[in-house]
Amino acid sequence: MGVESSVAQNLPETATLDLLLATFEEDVQEISSPQGDATAVVLPGGLKRIMEFLKDDARTRFNLLVDITAVDYLGRKPRFDVVYHLLSLSAKRRLRIKVRVEESNPEIDSMTSLWGSANWLEREVWDMFGIRFTGHPNLKRILMYEEFQGHPLRKDYPVNKRQPLIGPKN
Amino acid sequence: MNEATLRNFTINFGPQHPAAHGVLRLVLELDGEVVERVDPHIGLLHRGTEKLIEYKTYLQALPYFDRLDYVAPMNQEHAFSLATERLLGIHVPRRAQLIRVLYCEIGRLLSHLLNVTTQAMDVGALTPPLWGFEEREKLMVFYERASGARMHANYFRTGGVHQDLPPQLLDDIWNFCDPFLQVCDDIEGLLTDNRIFKQRNVGIAVVKLEDAWNWGFSGVMVRGSGAAWDLRKAQPYECYSEFDFDIPVGKNGDCYDRYCIRMEEMRQSVRIMKQCLEKLRLPEGQGPVSVPDNKIVPPRREVMKRSMEALIHHFKLYTEGFRVPAGEVYAAVEAPKGEFGVYLIADGTNRPYKCKIRAPSFAHLQAMDFLTRGHMLADVSAIIGSLDIVFGEIDR
Repeated sequence: MGVESSVAQNLPETATLDLLLATFEEDVQEISSPQGDATAVVLPGGLKRIMEFLKDDARTRFNLLVDITAVDYLGRKPRFDVVYHLLSLSAKRRLRIKVRVEESNPEIDSMTSLWGSANWLEREVWDMFGIRFTGHPNLKRILMYEEFQGHPLRKDYPVNKRQPLIGPKN
Repeated sequence: MNEATLRNFTINFGPQHPAAHGVLRLVLELDGEVVERVDPHIGLLHRGTEKLIEYKTYLQALPYFDRLDYVAPMNQEHAFSLATERLLGIHVPRRAQLIRVLYCEIGRLLSHLLNVTTQAMDVGALTPPLWGFEEREKLMVFYERASGARMHANYFRTGGVHQDLPPQLLDDIWNFCDPFLQVCDDIEGLLTDNRIFKQRNVGIAVVKLEDAWNWGFSGVMVRGSGAAWDLRKAQPYECYSEFDFDIPVGKNGDCYDRYCIRMEEMRQSVRIMKQCLEKLRLPEGQGPVSVPDNKIVPPRREVMKRSMEALIHHFKLYTEGFRVPAGEVYAAVEAPKGEFGVYLIADGTNRPYKCKIRAPSFAHLQAMDFLTRGHMLADVSAIIGSLDIVFGEIDR
């Protein structure tokens, strides 16, 4: 029953996806609803425009940026997905926006001008995955220390690797 | 006086300060006693939980969630269990749902008791923590009697809960409820109209609703600012939709409102717990506490002694774990501190491909600079107290 209700609450979200596809035809790569969670994959170039639209347009009003994270699909091209979770309180809807990011130049626009909560979330993505955010006011490590080498949540970072400040050297 | 000699004073707060609620280090820039800038330094408790989960089976990943917000462990397990259950497409039996709701509300009491009383301690009152911790101790015994552990319970498993509750425990939780309301009144008697407590909290760190959205607040932090936003009502999960409870909402969005909301939420939690206990005693509340599929839930021990099949299932489950079909899901619960979410990506193997933990405290602490700017140095500890932060989930 818990499963049913959590899927049902997400059903009308396809309406948002259709609207997104109609408004930004050339920037939206694909739309889907895995497990009932509305998801749109957008091009990095159009991300900022789409996010502004989703935040401010009266039909969407996704006023809360819940989470930003990245996923490392090692071996796929482009290698990374940056994943945004949005929440609209008026419509009680959630939306997931994904952007594919290349390994060679992992850089996309910062959302700090739209949501204050993007600040630390983007710092964490930089810290853990090494993806840079253009226009971020203070893009430095947040959970790891400054001298740390590498980005620990990348799939090619070994899980048991040690570094000097927190343990014996490898 | 020469202007060049005037400069702001920078002091370091924590990471070993008792009012920092864990290992928080703040760099405070002061102009006299007024805070000009706050720079929180976090990560001192970082244990790489998300990385470790990628290398563990789903069953082994669950205990890490106890160690995030260690003040209310089962609420975190709940989010992860809901995420895996949605990926597996399984439905939890009714009795398990009721037990989960019961223990989630106990978790809410645990968290709010700690927070309200330590918030009082941060502004100088010593008695509330002593009274509150006595009640927390009783609640932790309920945790222990259900799961065998006082804190790191590992009780909400994928597909249900680990074991059924003994009937005596249900009676004891029932007997806890009404006296606890009296304790709430007692604690309120110490604080709610207390002149010092009000002077330290009223009008401090006022959050307007649009600021709350901008900073990604959730839970008490938005309810204090006047929005009746609670995932238990807004996007009901488990069987919360059938419970009768109210969402307390604040007016001013200051530290005092947030304190009042937490006190009222404890009373509402007791209301839910009592309804839960009644439902658990009804005939519809009886039955299994986990799905019957032995590919996900281990077989009973007495069955294993007679059935080869069950023994194989047990062995496979604890060595290899269960496989989750490829997919991705975001599951959120209303944890005591706000929206706790798990973004889980499965690739069809027995281990999660990716597990992002969305901790409410992370968003709340981020706004520390915004909340504290222009307040006095002494207000910093009151503000940290009312944010209700725990470093297990911020640093992960």
